Amino acid sequence: MAATYFNEMYDGGLIRPPYARLEDWQKNMPDELRNLKQAEAESLFRRIGITFAVYGEGGDPDRLIPFDMFPRVFTSLEWQRLSRGVKQRARALNAFLCDVYDRGEIVRAGRIPARLVYENEAFEKSVVGFRPPKSVYSHIVGIDLVRTGPDDFFVLEDNCRTPSGVSYMLENREIMMRMFPALFRENRIAPVESYPELLRQTLASVAPEKCRDEPTIVILTPGHYNSAYYEHSFLADLMGVELVEGQDLYVDGDYCWMRTTEGPRRVDVIYRRLDDSFLDPLCFRPDSMLGVPGLMNVYRSGGVAIASAPGAGVADDKAIYTFVPEMIRFYLGEEPILNNVPTWQCAKKDECKYVLENLKDLVVKEVHGSGGYGMLIGPRSTKSEQELFAAKIRENPSNYIAQPTLALSTCPTFVDEGIAPRHVDLRPYCLVGGDQCELVPGGLTRVALTEGSLVVNSSQGGGVKDTWVLAD
Amino acid sequence: MLSRTADNLYWMGRYMERAETMARLINVGARMNLMPDTVDGYRSEWVPILQATETYSAFEKKYGEAVERNVVSHLFFDKDNPSSVASCIGAARENARIVRTAISSSVWDALNGAFQDLKDLERTPRSEISISQLTEWTARQNALFEGGVQTSLLRNDGYDFVNLGFHLERADNTARILDVKYYVLLPDAGYVGSGLDNYQWQTLLRAMQMHRAFHWAYGGEITPTKVVDLLILNAACPRSLLTAMQGATNHLDRLARHYGTTSEAQSEARSLFADLSEMRITDVFDHGVHEFLTRFKSQVASIGAAVNRVYLTGVPA
Repeated sequence: MAATYFNEMYDGGLIRPPYARLEDWQKNMPDELRNLKQAEAESLFRRIGITFAVYGEGGDPDRLIPFDMFPRVFTSLEWQRLSRGVKQRARALNAFLCDVYDRGEIVRAGRIPARLVYENEAFEKSVVGFRPPKSVYSHIVGIDLVRTGPDDFFVLEDNCRTPSGVSYMLENREIMMRMFPALFRENRIAPVESYPELLRQTLASVAPEKCRDEPTIVILTPGHYNSAYYEHSFLADLMGVELVEGQDLYVDGDYCWMRTTEGPRRVDVIYRRLDDSFLDPLCFRPDSMLGVPGLMNVYRSGGVAIASAPGAGVADDKAIYTFVPEMIRFYLGEEPILNNVPTWQCAKKDECKYVLENLKDLVVKEVHGSGGYGMLIGPRSTKSEQELFAAKIRENPSNYIAQPTLALSTCPTFVDEGIAPRHVDLRPYCLVGGDQCELVPGGLTRVALTEGSLVVNSSQGGGVKDTWVLAD
Repeated sequence: MLSRTADNLYWMGRYMERAETMARLINVGARMNLMPDTVDGYRSEWVPILQATETYSAFEKKYGEAVERNVVSHLFFDKDNPSSVASCIGAARENARIVRTAISSSVWDALNGAFQDLKDLERTPRSEISISQLTEWTARQNALFEGGVQTSLLRNDGYDFVNLGFHLERADNTARILDVKYYVLLPDAGYVGSGLDNYQWQTLLRAMQMHRAFHWAYGGEITPTKVVDLLILNAACPRSLLTAMQGATNHLDRLARHYGTTSEAQSEARSLFADLSEMRITDVFDHGVHEFLTRFKSQVASIGAAVNRVYLTGVPA
């Protein structure tokens, strides 16, 4: 079984070139040093305050995401291709969003079923006919990728709303550079530290036209009890912008204002880290205390820009996902550089039948699920779990999709017994602004620390690694 | 700066100062209880301590009798008591966590470190911890915090809000500690000037870590007049009301300059500071120490309310 997985470092007996220098590094590291470094990394993370709260699991709210010191490496050639593929996807997704809230050409052309778009829960009726500044809906696109062979990459899902995890990309690098400076002298590793500045430029580039001077940018957080709060404050700090909660903002006249020690100050761009439904209690959930009453009116009259734009969620829905290659062809006239994972829609009768007959080999996901919850991994499930899931699918077929169990690549990882291969995925972050589409050379590599496990989600015991892109 | 950020910084300063005061009060109580009782029948020196913290009735409801173990639980460990050392440090750290980006890492380390240490202290059997350990530990945490603030914080408006917080809190707290003496002596004015009286003044000085400074500044016998002068009017004493108000006024002045507009908080603080500067110690005694302190505390509270109104709510002026 293990032999069928692509190992990113060891190709049979050979070491693949990007990892060449890491072989000596790990060989020359005695166990004591390794333990020492691991403890050092952990205390650095805790000191900085990067912790992660898991919803609904109780326990320690200050839990750390395990950090694995063994880096994951890409050559610059591999990266170039990935990067082009990710940008291509990000452009197509934005074109799709502008289209479906406008004339819906792709639906009229019969390339995507109308029902999937307009009856989608994430389709936001309140922004139909409104064009966000510079026609950008999703400013930060996180694309989840897996690898199955030297040249085989698949997109697992797109995240068009507010993908999290970028703080780990930055902090993992910071910590590796602090602990192993020699590694960075020996290898030529492309830096990722320009991300916050790029993000700031991206957000500034989509300021509303009404804003004539330097735009005031803020990050809107649900508050410090949110599991990603650290990331929100981290980004605000590195971009030099205010981190606000709903209570810090209010609407007056045609603008949104924030409460400061010097009185009200106009806000031009809001990078929100909360869901659409919480943004404005007057427009969405009336019980939300996290948002700003009246914000959507200001937004629709061009008084403020919101990133990602309300309604962007319809593009990263798991049922829409199947059609992304189609979007790329339709809007860009290009062939997709990155492949989709073949997906069966349980909403379709014949595909649903296939899924039910092959449950033991498939991964079944909820259309709106995330975080690795509510999914069935066929090969790792028991008979009764499969039966339970089959019942759920029959009850509400359109809520489920299925994919083959992919042979995720592995990367060497420090474990109790030494070094062993563990499955990894990758999430790069693509920034889409008024006139640019950028990707820093790196991303978040998540690793399933349990032997044989294919679930890399941090809420399910996954860890993270520093991700290197070697310079030419 | 966001009003909410300013609010968190301000309370971070206040809570850390309050934590130290609580620990010092525990120390005062413990020392006073070492003195043989001269009054007929049983009398606990812990009651005045609880009165000074204005938590006596809450204490009685939960614990009943004011014995040392209970009082220490209440003032140090009890999270139900919002002014206990544990509550204050927890709240200060929470404030800091919310504005993590507005403070330096050494300030965060000090608060987060205190919070983590506290968990260890809570797990340690109480028989293995002495009161002086608790006091010293708390004072050290506050020193680390204040040191971080003074040496590593950017000296912008945020810095002024932290400092404003601890100067106002210190003004209030010194007044409270001094007032303990008043509650202790309540039963009988006949003890004034007795050996017990002197011992209690000395205890107060020790608890404030001012007994050495006292000898440098005044020398000779410890008299109530000298102690009160030191803690209220002496500009050289870091914990005196005068020094605390000077600090608060300074930071309110800086804020006014920074924002280019005067505030009512600033003028109230200035006038209180001016009153103290011109006062002589005989004025305090003529007025009555307890009465003076009560009025002072309400003046400080009024400045606090003005700070809240002007800076921390963020409504258009």
